[in-house]
Amino acid sequence: MELVIAITLGVLTSTGVYLILRARTFSVVLGLTLLSHGVNLFLFSMGRLTTASPAVVGLVSDPTDPLPQALVLTAIVISFSMTAFVVVLALKAAVELRSDHVDGEDPNEDRQ
Amino acid sequence: MNHLMILPVVIPLLTGAFLLVMYRYNIGRQRSLGIGSCLLLVVFGIWAVLQAGVADYTLYRLGNWAPPFGIVLVLDRLSAVMLLLTALLSLFCVLYASRGSDREGSHFHALMQFQLMGINGAFLTGDLFNLFVFFEVLLIASYALLLHGGGRARSRAGLHYVIINLAGSALFLLALGILYGLTGTLNMADLAHRIANAPEADLPLLKAASLLLMVVFGIKAALLPLLFWLPRAYSAASAPVAALFAIMTKVGFYAMVRVFLVVFGLDDGAPANGTVMAWLWPTALITLALGAIGVLGAASLRTLTAYMVIVSVGILMATLSRNDEQLLAASLFYLLHSTCMTAVFFLLADLIGHYRDDGYDRFSIISPLAHRWVLGTVFLVAAVSMASLPPFSGFVSKAWILQSSLQLPGYLWLWAAILISGLLIIAALSRAGSGWFWRPQEHSATHARTVAKTRGLDHARTATVCVMVAISFSLALFAQPVMDYLEAAAKLVYQPSGYVNAVLGDYIRQGGEVAE
Repeated sequence: MELVIAITLGVLTSTGVYLILRARTFSVVLGLTLLSHGVNLFLFSMGRLTTASPAVVGLVSDPTDPLPQALVLTAIVISFSMTAFVVVLALKAAVELRSDHVDGEDPNEDRQ
Repeated sequence: MNHLMILPVVIPLLTGAFLLVMYRYNIGRQRSLGIGSCLLLVVFGIWAVLQAGVADYTLYRLGNWAPPFGIVLVLDRLSAVMLLLTALLSLFCVLYASRGSDREGSHFHALMQFQLMGINGAFLTGDLFNLFVFFEVLLIASYALLLHGGGRARSRAGLHYVIINLAGSALFLLALGILYGLTGTLNMADLAHRIANAPEADLPLLKAASLLLMVVFGIKAALLPLLFWLPRAYSAASAPVAALFAIMTKVGFYAMVRVFLVVFGLDDGAPANGTVMAWLWPTALITLALGAIGVLGAASLRTLTAYMVIVSVGILMATLSRNDEQLLAASLFYLLHSTCMTAVFFLLADLIGHYRDDGYDRFSIISPLAHRWVLGTVFLVAAVSMASLPPFSGFVSKAWILQSSLQLPGYLWLWAAILISGLLIIAALSRAGSGWFWRPQEHSATHARTVAKTRGLDHARTATVCVMVAISFSLALFAQPVMDYLEAAAKLVYQPSGYVNAVLGDYIRQGGEVAE
């Protein structure tokens, strides 16, 4: 399980970083989403990876740490709302600037 | 337990929420609500400063959960000073905005209150994840405030600002994840204790977490490779918003002080903040140099002021990285001065731009200016203060920084950077002032008089700016008590064991296990 989580984290983060560095706002937003998925998964795995141990005291002898789950919940809510905001902002910028380039204008436009 | 402690979070939260629901209220009521809330915060700030002067640490346990399990708010001298500064600054910004800038978009006053809630919370919290949450609160409000008024420049600057801060939030969470995974706690005092007693094998990961946090706070504070969003964002924002944003970079500085000197600084022998300080020193100096070059090259007063924010960040970070108690006290004094004066210049750029026929606050365009005498005098006095010439607070703070850095390694670099950047700022400001207040009259004196007739001087706005300059002057006038207070604040910061004892003392006394 550790290996799967580690590979997933690596793929999510590297894809996210790659997409954030792209020039179009849509891929940047997508990259931010993937990065925050990776971060949430990382945060979640900080409660250690175990199976069949719910985060409730008394049910099992060795309950999971509930705090990372609470942290992840907060992080998900924030990243979800921020993604929604950045999508709207990107749309607004694309309409106002007549370009979906992150700088508002394509520096290579004249050459094409 | 003193319930007053929660007020700087609750007052703006309730006011903001009420304003949001009552958005149909006429603008006059919205303004008086906003100003009233800011006045209450000023009163609280004064109480906090007095309270922190009596008791070193005042705790507030949210929900009465004992630390390290619950979230705790901690008021000490440093956070009290920051709270009072924020409250005063916000009061002036809201007063200035109430003369018309708040009509440019909707929900200005509500957003301002949410922004204040985030900033105040960040200054008070004693929990690292709670710091993240308050950072998000202040960022979300700042995104909307930056876009206040709309327009192409704001959309473009806003997009950069939002994206870089979202990436920063992701890094913040990564750092928190690492810290929690290693220590099992996010309470700052508990973290400090556990980091100081961390096993050898955990040190590389702790170092990675501290560097990640440095990047995160570096984004907030606009440290070298992460500062390129700032000039565009600050010069695009409307004047009162930009003036309030003058405190935002200082939130980054405050977080660095709190995290790297307290949380990572407990172990006297080999504190875990060594790597961060080593990185901070060169980056801060280059930030300072870059800011000074930007000041000289700026094409408008707003851009110039934005680069002055960067210069102040460079000075603050450079002094922080020298890791000295006396120098920290001096840089806190400089923080008060620079926050106040950069805010003044953002407002002044708007005020002067309003009375120019053409070109707003751009230097390259020669245009008649109304009310030359009044605006020119205010500009002159503010520029003298900004350029750190006597008799203003800037001079006191820089002299103090230079004096207390004398015994430290690498002080010549700091001296050179501070003095040369000061010279460049004087050059840039005198060029701006002479171009605006002397040249235009030769061209069309008659025309300027007609502009003056159509636009009477806005006394409220001018008075707001004048009072802020007067505060800078009174900082120099009452420098001794302020310096004593800040020295005590810096002393507390450099005694992290006192912080840990204050927060965790009860827990340890009741037989709680703090660290293996």
